[in-house]
Parts: sequence; structure tokens; C-alpha cells
Amino acid sequence: MPDTTFLDSSELVINMGPQHPSTHGVLRVVLKLDGEKVLGTDCVIGYLHRGVEKIGENRTYQQFAPYVDRMDYCAAVSNGLGYCLAVEKLLNVEATPRAQVVRVILTELNRMASHLIWLGTHALDIGAITPLFYVMREREAILAIYEKYCGARLTTHAFRIGGLQYELYDGFEQEVKAACDLILPKIEEYETLLTGNRIWISRTKGVGILNADDCKAYGVTGPMLRAAGVKWDLRKAQPYSGYEQYDFEIPTGANGDTYDRYLVRMEEMRQAARIVRQAVDKIPVGPIMAKIPKVIKPPVGEVYVSIEAPKGELGYLIVSDGSPQPYRVRVRPPSFVNLQSLDRMARGALIADVVAIIGTIDIVLGEVDR
Amino acid sequence: MPEEQRPEGKPAQDAPPATPKPAPPPRPAPKAPAVMAATPWDGEIPQLLKEEFGDQLRECASYLGQNFVVAKPETVVPILEFLKFEADFDYLVDVTAVDSPQRPERFDLIYVLYSFARNERIRVKMQIADGFRPQTATGVHLTANWLEREVFDMFGVEFAGHPDLRRILMPEDWNGHPLRKDKSITDMDNRWVEEHLGIESGQ
Repeated sequence: MPDTTFLDSSELVINMGPQHPSTHGVLRVVLKLDGEKVLGTDCVIGYLHRGVEKIGENRTYQQFAPYVDRMDYCAAVSNGLGYCLAVEKLLNVEATPRAQVVRVILTELNRMASHLIWLGTHALDIGAITPLFYVMREREAILAIYEKYCGARLTTHAFRIGGLQYELYDGFEQEVKAACDLILPKIEEYETLLTGNRIWISRTKGVGILNADDCKAYGVTGPMLRAAGVKWDLRKAQPYSGYEQYDFEIPTGANGDTYDRYLVRMEEMRQAARIVRQAVDKIPVGPIMAKIPKVIKPPVGEVYVSIEAPKGELGYLIVSDGSPQPYRVRVRPPSFVNLQSLDRMARGALIADVVAIIGTIDIVLGEVDR
Repeated sequence: MPEEQRPEGKPAQDAPPATPKPAPPPRPAPKAPAVMAATPWDGEIPQLLKEEFGDQLRECASYLGQNFVVAKPETVVPILEFLKFEADFDYLVDVTAVDSPQRPERFDLIYVLYSFARNERIRVKMQIADGFRPQTATGVHLTANWLEREVFDMFGVEFAGHPDLRRILMPEDWNGHPLRKDKSITDMDNRWVEEHLGIESGQ
């Protein structure tokens, strides 16, 4: 055997992130490469770990609610909804009908906002810079509604256990409708930029394929699962907050590739707008808070409650020991679980595709690391 | 819902949980915390499980409409496998743990399962002592890989047969497992902080 030099070695290990712009935060991926081909990946996460679950054990039920917004900060309202529903389940109460409808409106607006951010950053990663500016412009309409409703734009803490903190402001309905009217035609506009674009298609079609069986094996949910052809959405499968009253479709794809996931998310924005429009027309009158004690002390017990967050199944497992503080809060984060499938999708792909694949998983590192 | 006491900050009497209270008319437990009032769970799946695993099961119960099974630690992975192939519970939603250091078997290990075909959820639970090495579920559900790594990282539960049992969220050379109850929220690994951040202490 001749002495090997570095030129003989065909395997190369390089480090992508944690400061790489396409890793959407502080994700570090160690790539094993053969030329441009990816032989394997190893995700190094935890740079943003704040110990949210530990904090939960040291706060009262109400005090912990704002913290959950800081996990998936692009979909803070969804995080809050899941947490409130879990505590309400533990207390065996339900939010009032008025609160439930308002929750649906704000959560679906949030789904649109989250998908808009995803679209902008994902397209930017692949090289299309224009959509980012457009989506930020449209997202502003949603954030303005949040700001007017509860004072915060990003980490809203919009909901309270048992209902809502604030009554709706005058003109809320009109503004929500106007936001839908604004965004829907813009989604068509984005599609003219991307859907038939040859560069977009060649960068996304057939890239990062994850079929339905793999999705189930990896526990992948949300748009990724639907793009693989599984018509499963918790809003339909196990409706909460009155989702059964609304008429909407679950978009699915066929190939489970990056392009299909793009189409699924685009359609989900339209469906979200459809739900919002139905909900805003039938906000019932009545109280916004259920009768909830000032000090929340749920009976001893354990519940697991999950919702369809923009990124997939977001679950909360809460264990109560009867005290005002949760004994254990476990968050089942969709981003964390979905990210695990990166290795499967990236193996055999080109290094440039890794960027597309990270984008298509739609991770928020605040939620991956918690 | 339970009409709670108004004045906050007087925790005095409602501390001891254990005593079974006489059932008051409207609702259980305004004062002493109610015990998890789980009801026995009957149906097709507990039936199947009992036939297959018999006395390996400790409990089949349901609380607030959510079903769970408590089993002996050695049988949990066979149960996951059985449920996956015989009852379509093909999606492992979550693996997590709860620490109760006052018990000899201090950790509750919880597997949340979902079946797409049945649209049903089950939790499979076991109680293990510190140092017990439960079998990994990665052979049944691939997704258990990272989820078990997180349990290992946070609680120090080592899974036997896990292909890649490393810390996942905390730094690799961190000492201690933060979600154990005997770790306070302010506890730091001061050695790690000094070595890597060059400051005396994280707190």
C-alpha cells in the first residue's frame, strides 16, 4: 500500500453552521462528503437551549404561558394555543365559545404568517431573493392585527388559560377580512414567481424525497407528511377549538419532495384564509373567559394534548401534582422531530441540496432546542 | 369549575395529598389535591394486550378520556412492537420521562403512540429505578433515536442497545442531567462554565 496523502482521500468532513445563513439560526450540520455528494450528516443542536421545560416546573401555570411563545417564535400563537388547551384539559374546562372562535382566527392568521416566513427564507436559500421582501410586506398585515389586539407582534401571549385576556378591538373583523383579501391574491403572485420557474423546479423537484412510510417511521408530521400523500391533519383527525365547524380541505402532495411540500404549504395558506373568513363571520357574543380560579391547581394527573401547529404536531404532556406549578411540562416539538429526517433526505444528495432540504423541513431553532 | 379559595398566598392546610377524602357533593377536590382519578380502560386493545402480555401489564386505565398502559420495564419494547404490527400504532409521537426522586423507581418513562388507521392515542408507561437500563425502541420506531437521546441527556436514563447514545441538547462534556428534580433551576456545571466561558460561575 502506498502512503495515502490527503489527495487520495475521497471523504471530506465539513462543517455547515452554526453561523451559516441557510441553517435558519444556530443549527450545525457536520457533512460527510464525497466530492459534492453527501454521504452522511450529523446535526449538532442545542445552541439555543434555554431549558424551557425546567422553567415550566418552576413557574405557575399562568406564569409559564409566555415562555411557550418563545419556542417557535414564528408561530407563537399556535404554541400558546396548545399550552392553554393542555392546561384546560387538565382542569377539565373549555374556553368559552367566543374565545374559541377568536383563537381559531388568530391561530390561522399565525399559520399564514409562519408559512410566509418559511416561503421567504426557503426561496432566499435557494437563490430567489425577491419573495422574501414580498412576504415580509404581507406578513406585516397580520402582525399589525396582533399588535392592535394584544400589543405584541411576535411573541404575542394572545391567549389565557380559559379563554382570552382582551376583548376584540373595534374594527377587528374588518381588518382581519382585509388582511385575507390582501394576502390571497399575493399568494397567486408568489406562485407566478416560483411555481413554474425552471430554476425553482430544478432545485426542488425530486429533492429531499421522504415517502409516507419514512415519514411515519421518523414521526414526521405537518406539511411534510401531507406532501408525502398522507391526508392527515389534527384539525380534522381530532378537532379542537371547534375546527369541525369550518369547511376546509387538507392539501396533499404525491411525491414527498421539496416541490410538493412547497405546493402543500402554499395551499395551506389559502385554506387558512378560508377558515379565517368563515370564523370571522360568526364570532359569537358572550364572555371571553371561562370560570377559572385565580390560582390554578389542577387535580393530580397527566394529560397529553396536541394541536396541528404550522410545522406539525405540537404536543404538551403536563403532569400535575395538585400544586400551582406543573410537576413536569414536556413539549413535543414538531421541528425537533422533523429535523431528525434530515439525514435520510440528504444522503446521496448534492451539497447544494442540503440547503434546500433544511429549508423545506421548516425548522425554528428556538423550538428544536427549547 | 372548582371554586377555589380566594386569598392567594396562604398555602397552609392544603398541602398533604395522600388521604382519600369523602366525596363531596359537587366536584372532587377544592382543597386537597385530587388523586389522578383514572378509570379502568376496557376495550379491544387492552383485551389484546392482556391476552398477549398477561401479568406483565400493571394497569390499563384512562384519565380524562386518554388511555394509557403501565407495564413492567422489560415488556415495554415488545408492547410497542406488538401495538405497531398487530394494532397499527405505527407512529411514535414522543418519548419522555418524569422524575419522582422520592420513589425507589424514580423515573416514569412515557411513550406516546398514535395510530393513523384508528385515529387513537395510547401512552405506554413504565417505572424504572435510577441506573436501570431500559431497552431502546429504535428498532421499532426510528424516531425514538433523538427522543431517547433527549431523555438520556435530560434525565440520565441510558437506553440499552441505542445506536448513538450521546447528549443532544446539552454540551457533550456537561456534567449532570438538568431535568432531574434534584437539580435546581439555577444549578450550573461550574467546571464547564469556567473551562469554556472563562468566567467563575454561570450564576
